Amino acid sequence: MNENILEMRSITKRFPGVVALQDVNLQVRRGEIHAVCGENGAGKSTLMKVLSGVHPAGTYEGEIHFESKQVSFSSLNDSEDLGIVIIHQELALVPHLSVAENIFLGNEKSRAGIINWHDVNLEAAALLDKVGLRENPVTPVGHLGVGKQQLVEIAKALSKDVKLLILDEPTAALNDDDSAHLLGLIRDLREEGVTCIIISHKLGEIAAVADSTTVIRDGSTVETIDMAEASANGEDLTRRIIRDMVGRDMENMYPERDVTLGEEVFRIEDWHVRHPTQRERKVVDGASLNVRAGEVVGIAGLMGAGRTELAMSVFGKSYGRDITGTVYMHGEPVKIETVSDAIKAGIAYVSEDRKRYGLNLIDDIRRNVSSAALKRIAPRGWINENEEIAVAERYRTSMNIKAPTVMSVLGKLSGGNQQKVVLSKWLYTEPELLILDEPTRGIDVGAKYEIYSIINKLAASGKAIIVISSELPEVLGMCDRVYTLSSGRITGQLPVEDATQERLMELMTMEKD
Amino acid sequence: MTGTSNLIELMTRNLRQSGIYIAFVLIVLLFTVLTGGTLLSPGNITNLVLQYSYILILAIGMVMIIVAGHIDLSVGSVVALTGGVAAVVVIREGMPWWVGVIAALITGVLVGIWQGFWVAIVGIPAFIVTLAGMLIFRGLAMQVLDNVSLSPFPEEYRQIAGGFSNGLLGGPGYDLFTLVIFALASVGFAVQQWRARMRKLEYKQPVEALWLFAVRVLLVITVIMAFGWQLANSRGMPYVLVLLAALVLIYGFVTQRTVFGRHIYAMGGNLDAAKLSGVKTRRVNFMLFVNMGVLAAIAGIVYSARSNSAQPAAGNMFELDAIAAAFIGGAAVTGGVGKVQGAIIGGLIMAVMSNGMQIMGIDQSTQNVVRGVVLVLAVAYDVWSKKRSSVSA
Repeated sequence: MNENILEMRSITKRFPGVVALQDVNLQVRRGEIHAVCGENGAGKSTLMKVLSGVHPAGTYEGEIHFESKQVSFSSLNDSEDLGIVIIHQELALVPHLSVAENIFLGNEKSRAGIINWHDVNLEAAALLDKVGLRENPVTPVGHLGVGKQQLVEIAKALSKDVKLLILDEPTAALNDDDSAHLLGLIRDLREEGVTCIIISHKLGEIAAVADSTTVIRDGSTVETIDMAEASANGEDLTRRIIRDMVGRDMENMYPERDVTLGEEVFRIEDWHVRHPTQRERKVVDGASLNVRAGEVVGIAGLMGAGRTELAMSVFGKSYGRDITGTVYMHGEPVKIETVSDAIKAGIAYVSEDRKRYGLNLIDDIRRNVSSAALKRIAPRGWINENEEIAVAERYRTSMNIKAPTVMSVLGKLSGGNQQKVVLSKWLYTEPELLILDEPTRGIDVGAKYEIYSIINKLAASGKAIIVISSELPEVLGMCDRVYTLSSGRITGQLPVEDATQERLMELMTMEKD
Repeated sequence: MTGTSNLIELMTRNLRQSGIYIAFVLIVLLFTVLTGGTLLSPGNITNLVLQYSYILILAIGMVMIIVAGHIDLSVGSVVALTGGVAAVVVIREGMPWWVGVIAALITGVLVGIWQGFWVAIVGIPAFIVTLAGMLIFRGLAMQVLDNVSLSPFPEEYRQIAGGFSNGLLGGPGYDLFTLVIFALASVGFAVQQWRARMRKLEYKQPVEALWLFAVRVLLVITVIMAFGWQLANSRGMPYVLVLLAALVLIYGFVTQRTVFGRHIYAMGGNLDAAKLSGVKTRRVNFMLFVNMGVLAAIAGIVYSARSNSAQPAAGNMFELDAIAAAFIGGAAVTGGVGKVQGAIIGGLIMAVMSNGMQIMGIDQSTQNVVRGVVLVLAVAYDVWSKKRSSVSA
């Protein structure tokens, strides 16, 4: 039973300017549950894309052997033909189609192009039974909760005669009951001989279900742990995985800074937010936090912990429903119903998804910079375009935005320069509190350092700053104080002197009591 | 900052915008030759302005709607409805002409509120809302008019579209007053350009070389005065032209220089980012449709005044001409790009082509084919130039 079903040998994958994977090896035994761990951006998803043929053969170096044969996939279909099925974190179901239609989507049971719906529904019912989902196959998928949709995805995989099932963060959006059910199902599948690769941040889960665990850091494999062997040796598995995930030196990654703390600028108390469409889900659950002038406060949490949701719900109720709680600016409660209220109150939110939420990519630098504070260049209602250009020019210089002129279109700039434009845009609103959501995502190392320096300068000028990040070294390198968030709850608060990556990771993965 | 580099930069930087002007000049030249000069004759120029003014008025509102990422299919029906309301008030009820105008404008506002409510507040796609509006307002126009056309309008009402400022200052064979107005417009243009140039210098921004500036301003003034001269040699200055000029100036300013205008472009460029920048998107969308309703009412008044009647079938297919004008004028199908002046040029291209082909005696069916082909080519050029610019990046 110890034969390897999958061997990925020295996989190296390069993107323009970045090496995403460097000589990665992954061996998965037939019939085991194999966990892959790593920080966000470590290269887990890229590795799975290489495996499933999303990154076709030829765009990477290295070899993939599946069932002892060397394989090269040029598309997702090729890997599925051999029984490798990947289920992504963002479910790929069509909400308006029925459960049965979704299960057989792209793989329709038809004779001469004509579908026998009776057979399809019967077969779907059998698959649903297998995954333990008691739903009518003709129910539209959109009527099911996320947990059940996840099960439909697995039923879909089973319909394809799956040998190796890859689950990317399968429980990130699930509540505890649904998670438990899903993990149980994965164990059952193992009994039936289905091999499973599970990518997860929830280390408790991994320790419970995985037979072995491979840890990836910065695009390289750190080690593969045989879980049974290690726990027989009495090791603390979670601790070992965390150490593997975060163990890197932090010298010279972060600029030095002097900290002078002032009065409290911003505070929220007892903040609750529900999911916009699934009302039963509490996305933020009773969070309270505060920031002082000149302070950089980190919010550390894994994907799906509710970091962005917390920030956006504070920022003019841009996310969620049934939002309750109180926002204080300088100790006074303020009412923030819309984004313009938030801007007026002195709050700026720099989104983690700058292309979607931060920028107008078809427009130029100057109009993006002015877009959140048009009143400043249009005191009497009409815009002083010369002043606008002068303002943009100032930021281009002070932020070191690399573009020939402020008339350059945003879509043509690099990620780092785009990020500087978003920062300029929000600085021009003259905020007192800056919420920076993953401010260095998708940015190269040099630009990261520049962004860190800008943040330090802002703090030194007396602004209150919240940095949301899932990169722990960044949190430790940048912040004065760190809150940890897990499943919508603040699970801890540490001054940076007391914080270690291990300690933070423990708090970030702390599940509900 | 030499003159030549500026000239090249001026040409290349705004290729998408300047391409349309070049195309316009070429089309005018082409049809001037094909019609043996009739196209630019005084009588025909006057006729052209009168005949297409309502399309241009609609195009102004339409380009704003398109920039915001919507579309309005109902404007033709609204033209019929507002013209019908004016006719009922003025002709059937015998009220003064200005009551009719006000009634038509109020009808336009109500239409705008109706459509704005569904698009902005409820969130139904504008394509659907205005498709419904196309049916609703056409039906209402028929009901208001009891399915018959009403005519004739009193003289004062007809003056809106058919009136000329003629002979106020007398003149030897040409209308002096028209020339004076055009001369004032020319001076105004030159002064405005000069002041803008001075302001740029004040802010230490690059400006074109002085000779280039002079050539450009003189060129524009020459075109303006030539246009005025032809009008003066015909029936003088049409009131509609004054109205149109005022609308172009006002809406050019609103879209390019006001916070409201900027918000339209921001929403069309990236709706989510606009929302997170504090743009009150509902309010902007609502205002856009109310504005479109008012402009459609103005077009309805002009059209009914020109045809001296209100017909249930009036304004049929106007929406398509207005949409075509916006797209030929450089508006992007995906929103976020487009200018009022571009839409006007786009509308004029359509007007010159139709008018030229009419003079040449080409039948309506061929005209439709040609106009359709031009629309596709114009948007194809837009798509092509966008691709090219993203490749060179």
